[in-house]
Amino acid sequence: MDNIKKLPDSVNKKGGIMLILGVIILLVAFVFEPQRAFFDYLWIYMFLVSIGVGSLALVGLEYLVGATWSTPFRRITEILASITPVLIILVIPLFFGLHDLFHWTHHEVVESDKILQSKSPYLNVEFFSIRTAFCLLLWLVFFFFMTRNSQKQDLDGDVTYTKRNITLSTVFTPFFVITITVTAVDWMMSLEPHWFSTIYGVYYFAGTVVASFAATTIAAVLLKQGGYLDPRIKNDSFYSLGTMMFGFNVFWAYIGFSQYLLIWYADLPEETFWLIHRWEGSWKFVSIALLFVHFIIPFLVLVGRRAKTNIGLLKIMAPWMLFAHALDLYWLIFPTYFKEGAGFSWPELSFPLIVIGLTMILFKVLSDKKNLIPVKDPKLQAGLEFHL
Amino acid sequence: MFGRILNKIDEEFLKSEPRKGELFAVSALFDTPDQIITSAEKVSGSGYRRFDVLTPYPMHGLDNAMRLRETKIGWVGLLAGMSGTTLAFLMIWWMVGIDYKNVIGGKPFFNIAPSIPIMFELTVLLSALTLVAFLIAVFNKLPSNANPLMATEFMKHVTSDKFGIYIEAKDPKFNQNEIKSLFSSLGASEVYDINEVSYDEGKTKNPILDFKFVGNLIGVGIVTAILSYFTLNYLLFLPPFNWMHHQAKVLPQSESKFFNDGFSMRKPVEGTVARGFIPYEFKGMHDSLVVETPNPLPVTKEILEKGKKNFDIYCSPCHGYYGKGDSRLRGQFPVPPTLHSEKVRSWKDANIYHVITNGQNVMPSYEKQISRDDRWAIIHYLRVLQRSQNAPDSDFEGK
Repeated sequence: MDNIKKLPDSVNKKGGIMLILGVIILLVAFVFEPQRAFFDYLWIYMFLVSIGVGSLALVGLEYLVGATWSTPFRRITEILASITPVLIILVIPLFFGLHDLFHWTHHEVVESDKILQSKSPYLNVEFFSIRTAFCLLLWLVFFFFMTRNSQKQDLDGDVTYTKRNITLSTVFTPFFVITITVTAVDWMMSLEPHWFSTIYGVYYFAGTVVASFAATTIAAVLLKQGGYLDPRIKNDSFYSLGTMMFGFNVFWAYIGFSQYLLIWYADLPEETFWLIHRWEGSWKFVSIALLFVHFIIPFLVLVGRRAKTNIGLLKIMAPWMLFAHALDLYWLIFPTYFKEGAGFSWPELSFPLIVIGLTMILFKVLSDKKNLIPVKDPKLQAGLEFHL
Repeated sequence: MFGRILNKIDEEFLKSEPRKGELFAVSALFDTPDQIITSAEKVSGSGYRRFDVLTPYPMHGLDNAMRLRETKIGWVGLLAGMSGTTLAFLMIWWMVGIDYKNVIGGKPFFNIAPSIPIMFELTVLLSALTLVAFLIAVFNKLPSNANPLMATEFMKHVTSDKFGIYIEAKDPKFNQNEIKSLFSSLGASEVYDINEVSYDEGKTKNPILDFKFVGNLIGVGIVTAILSYFTLNYLLFLPPFNWMHHQAKVLPQSESKFFNDGFSMRKPVEGTVARGFIPYEFKGMHDSLVVETPNPLPVTKEILEKGKKNFDIYCSPCHGYYGKGDSRLRGQFPVPPTLHSEKVRSWKDANIYHVITNGQNVMPSYEKQISRDDRWAIIHYLRVLQRSQNAPDSDFEGK
């Protein structure tokens, strides 16, 4: 294992520059348009939740179902999941912008609004904060124990660590589903507190899983091509990454369509306005673009078997899916701010800069400390031998 | 008799070649998956084309070892799936958009959104069925109903504990002895010759028309039909499992065994009054016989509004909203009289009540439609109408 190259220091430098640039843009935006800056920041935060917590769920899923094909990639997913503890720091600035983001936090608005009054037992700042803290702590605890077990196994290869992680992930998976639903409802659905959709949590969850698979895929492809991964990992192993990305993408479309169809059928004014707003002005083009970018084009590209073993194609499609998820979140969050039509300008550039910069730094810092594959995992050999 | 008919069909239409039981293939069994992969590589590398590998479970890497071309079956699935999508689209578009238009929830007759689930399902259904049919037709070589491999020791092992390979006699490079020595050198545990199935002389030549086969098919069909009939109609309802099929009630279109006249319900006793319906004592009598009763209801806003509502519903179609006899049905019936005539205005309330309840000339009785209180309320409202159209001068002086 010692002959594996370490990531160059330039990764840290590039990532740092991007991160600092992103933060500066965000701060400048805050000076000029504070509300817009908070919406941008919420966008960034939700995307990082998607990738971080989604990756944690993928790690749990591997233990839960006893998958072997993903074991060589698990350390990459774990590094992506280490965004989770960072979220606890990242969430703090958002709490200063609650008034800018959520109009149910204004007492005078709630007093004159009967619907918000009846929702206030759930939608109030205190309970909201408790829920957010609970979710973050829960993720942190499971992240800490699961990665620690995985980490320790690198030293002695003891099977009990795997068994412990299986128990942990069995407990974590239902909690993950609940917390991700609560997070989606709290931080995004309550932007339009009058609107409701019971499938919203699943919708965000589906996007989350697609984004995490895409993030793992692009990281694995880049590391593989740079020669940082064990050379025993063959192209066949990437097949399943492509398949899962494809499968969950179809699931996302299925959930998105289910939400749309039910709202369309019932035709109730309290539900339809949310979709109608996304069909007005230039939002119409964003909605159509979302359909093509997130579903139709990836579906047609990835449907064949050969497409999923083609690393060159995965190198395009994985960032494509990450972009699609960012577009999906943009479509969910920003209509509340850009009422007239979709807008994109320099403040929004902070999104790619911060997300990519932060991930790069995390990769550099953590890959120096850890092996990039779980070297003594009992399932590793089966995972490396995976072939079609 | 039946066998002869089948024979006749076979000779007339199918004209299959007689089967002689020639050599079909040479087969070999191997003990480990690694052996079968190397054997497959070796066989395909030696230039054999008509050969196949059979394993008890799906094995990764076998298609590469066999040097199989990428299968085209995906395109069959795609084509069938797209036909399903198109078919569903056209079906729904024609059914709800053209042939049987129904307004449901004020939506457009045809819309793409609710059609998508059906399009999706027909896509899956058609591609799945087509692929299965394709599989049976192409790989089982329809109309052949048997494969020489069936009922051999070789088949028994490859479906349970061994890995098998066979090379067909039709392969251009086929040489029985060469292949046998090739298999032995690869470490085969068993090598078999597999012959074509042979048929006795005098029987139907095409196996699909074999008397036993067709007879069995029909026999199984009849037995299944009888069994399902008895199961569904009798066995399931043996006591105590009668699933509430037998209940002490008279079903529609059947006679009551309890009452002599066969009816399950009794007629009410003469003079029975239904709850809330007080009969009108002057029903059918002449006006002059009616004993005048005063209007039992007080004149309040609520009563007048109730009267207006019922007047508008029941009276206005003929008499008009203002009782002038100028209604929207004018011309289709004998012209209804105005209610502002001297005669009607001078009528007592009881007279008007009598007319509503009893009917007059063309006007039918409204006893069934309008309740007793509502009739009296209408009369109050009618008095208001009359006063409004024939107000005395004193009304204008006002307060």
